[in-house]
Amino acid sequence: MLTEISLNVLDIAQNSITAEASLVKIDIKVDQKKDLLELSIEDNGFGMDEEALSKVCDPFYTTRTTRKVGFGISFLKLESELTGGEFNIDSSKGKGTKVYASFGLSHIDRMPLGDICESIHSLVVYNTNVDFVFTYTFNDKSFTMDTREFRETLGDVPFDVPEISSFIKDFLYENKAEVDGGANI
Amino acid sequence: MKSLEELKAIRDKMQGQLDLRAAQEGKIRVVVGMATCGIASGARPVLNKLAEEVANKGLKDVVVTQTGCIGLCQYEPMVEVLEPGKEKVTYIKMDPEKAARVVEEHLKGGKPVAEYTLNQTNL
Repeated sequence: MLTEISLNVLDIAQNSITAEASLVKIDIKVDQKKDLLELSIEDNGFGMDEEALSKVCDPFYTTRTTRKVGFGISFLKLESELTGGEFNIDSSKGKGTKVYASFGLSHIDRMPLGDICESIHSLVVYNTNVDFVFTYTFNDKSFTMDTREFRETLGDVPFDVPEISSFIKDFLYENKAEVDGGANI
Repeated sequence: MKSLEELKAIRDKMQGQLDLRAAQEGKIRVVVGMATCGIASGARPVLNKLAEEVANKGLKDVVVTQTGCIGLCQYEPMVEVLEPGKEKVTYIKMDPEKAARVVEEHLKGGKPVAEYTLNQTNL
């Protein structure tokens, strides 16, 4: 298992990038009344056929050649189900994939959300040809970061220039803190 | 709260002073393994520390980037340094402190930190 849900986000989103997605939508919702943390990652990558989809939760299934196991999806599924949450994955060949996982927010076995801003920042800055839409909701407040807006503002200045990279980092941390008041999730 | 206005101001300040399409050739590539194995063993803070230090020290000839599973999951987090004309250096079991030392001594100083390398490890 991974020690932070934000690390699962980084990991699952890498699959979207491998699937040649040009747009990845990451949604995190924390609802204290419902006692629920929901995560969804949706991409427009090349997707999977039914056979691959049926095997994807098996830790001993992988498409890679460097090793024989592929723990990414199975970790997330296990981590969510351990807390009474639900997990599902939908995919269609040529259209994209959507992964959804929910967690019992106050469940003792739920991994902390961890440094989600660092995960999103890494994805954005190291995959400059992919667009990301990250929405973070805490109870009834939320904020969205859309790299397509950044791109429009920036023109040909890339995200990985230090000044821009640090703007994106601050943008994430400041907006998140505004939304959840710095709650330890 | 950060806004897009602020981003626009940064862009305006930077335009003209940036060699945006700087050639990748001749640059040192620093590659961090970011598959499940790398992430699980702490690659994310290593990647960020590398990028941060490279930016802080103004090393313009260094590109920090990421890759998938390098195939030696038990030695993650791994960092490879690929310098044109030189043999690849593979660092294993990295952490942010080690990463900072690699930036200072190897990327800036030109001398690999031998004790962190795969070559020095008795496999």
